[in-house]
Amino acid sequence: MPIYSEKVMEHFMNPRNVGEIENPDGIGEVGNPVCGDVMTFYIKVKDNRLEDVKFKTFGCGAAIAVSSMVSEMAIGKTLDEARKITPKLVADELDGLPKNKFHCSNLGAQALNKAIKDYMKKQAKGGKK
Amino acid sequence: MRKVYLDHAATTPLLPEVREAMLPYLNELFGNPSCLHDWGDAAREAMDTAREQVAQLIGADADEIVFTGSGTESNNFAVKGLALAQQGKGKHIVVSSIEHFSVLHSAKTLEKWGFELTEVPVDRHGMVDPDDVRKRIRKDTVLVSIMHASGEVGTIEPVREIARITREHDIPFHTDAVAAAGTIPVNVKELGVDALSLAGNQFYGPKGVGALYIRKGVRIMPLLDGGIQEEGRRAGTENIPAIVGLGKAAELAKNDMGSRVKHLSRLRDRLLAELPAQIGHTVVTGHPEHRLPGNASFCVEFIEGESMLMLLNSQGVAVTSGSACTSKALKASHVLIAMGLSHELAQGSVLFTFGIDNTEEDVDYVLEVMPPIVERLRQMSPLYAKFVKTGKGGR
Repeated sequence: MPIYSEKVMEHFMNPRNVGEIENPDGIGEVGNPVCGDVMTFYIKVKDNRLEDVKFKTFGCGAAIAVSSMVSEMAIGKTLDEARKITPKLVADELDGLPKNKFHCSNLGAQALNKAIKDYMKKQAKGGKK
Repeated sequence: MRKVYLDHAATTPLLPEVREAMLPYLNELFGNPSCLHDWGDAAREAMDTAREQVAQLIGADADEIVFTGSGTESNNFAVKGLALAQQGKGKHIVVSSIEHFSVLHSAKTLEKWGFELTEVPVDRHGMVDPDDVRKRIRKDTVLVSIMHASGEVGTIEPVREIARITREHDIPFHTDAVAAAGTIPVNVKELGVDALSLAGNQFYGPKGVGALYIRKGVRIMPLLDGGIQEEGRRAGTENIPAIVGLGKAAELAKNDMGSRVKHLSRLRDRLLAELPAQIGHTVVTGHPEHRLPGNASFCVEFIEGESMLMLLNSQGVAVTSGSACTSKALKASHVLIAMGLSHELAQGSVLFTFGIDNTEEDVDYVLEVMPPIVERLRQMSPLYAKFVKTGKGGR
């Protein structure tokens, strides 16, 4: 049996929202190459909603599928809604992840959260928008 | 879609001649070689032939060959068995830092049992310096185990030179030749080793069978107690069909070795030269010259091995990787790290191992599908983006 679900494979083979956003409202970077995966999320916020989410990921098949799934789940959500995306929800949406990959590869939600926090910090400082 | 199997280090297919040789022993000749009737005789005879064939492959005498259940068992048997048999003399063992886990973990088990373990480093090509072995030998050293060749990066170690040193000190020397025996010429007498492991599924024999050469007069403690099969050194009813297959595979390997080495080296050398020429920031791992004929191993910068492997598989190409993500333990290959590669670079590990059925067209196909795969993953990689923007992060 393949180690990944069909849904993971589908997202890995056809990842959604890969790339960078020019002048993003927030950036979140997590992971390091020693543990395996590095993810960078870029967000564009309009009226408290995630208008656009893009990512770049260095990592295994699961890491790429997770990033793709998180971006898809997040776009269109309010910031509060998006912050409720958890690694468990992402894994469920992907029809599960291999046990040993659950923690290391499932950093997408964390990266998104970091990007939202980055946006909020900039807001508080009275940055752009 | 074209299917190209380039993972012969993991296992080789069974040759038709080997399968044919095995079949009677899966059918009518099912006897147990310990039995004294016709069925037993037939099995025993088959085993004698196989033992002779394996012995001839490595220049040993037949009674110096013990059949085992795998290369892993041979390595466990050698490391634990030799150390335990010598423990009256001392409790210090020496292995290299790039040994297969069946050697390395056996050594760690011995450590738990009160032995002291010293690891010999390797250079950036994965090569052991015999002088480094010499420096680590102590009065109480009772075993040195250094592999013959690395299946992972292909480097062939200076086994003969190391054996010269261990002999000066009268210390048993085991070499794990699982990746080498049946692939390149291996002669135990010329090498001067005391014990040598090999496995059938590395040279077109069946899985589930290996052998350990133990030089006459060298003492070893059995791992398995029971009946007196294999002169009391390995109990348990013998796996006759697999042993017959191993013997046949050994005979074919010996006969065809010259042409196999030539064929594999040609394919390997093409990929080693052309892949880095086509894909920038790709490094060859392992030794440039002292290298197994079928082994082409690389690290591709800024991307990760498992995703490379999966995309290659989607194009019909089977390879393996030493990246952390590919391993069940999620640790980068200890071999690549021991060679001094950064974790980041080791993540980009990809290993192609050729077999006798591979062709020039297979190399063409890899060179056709691989560059777009790397490009695609790099476009997705934050490390590559950083490198392009800042010029930093490259090797």
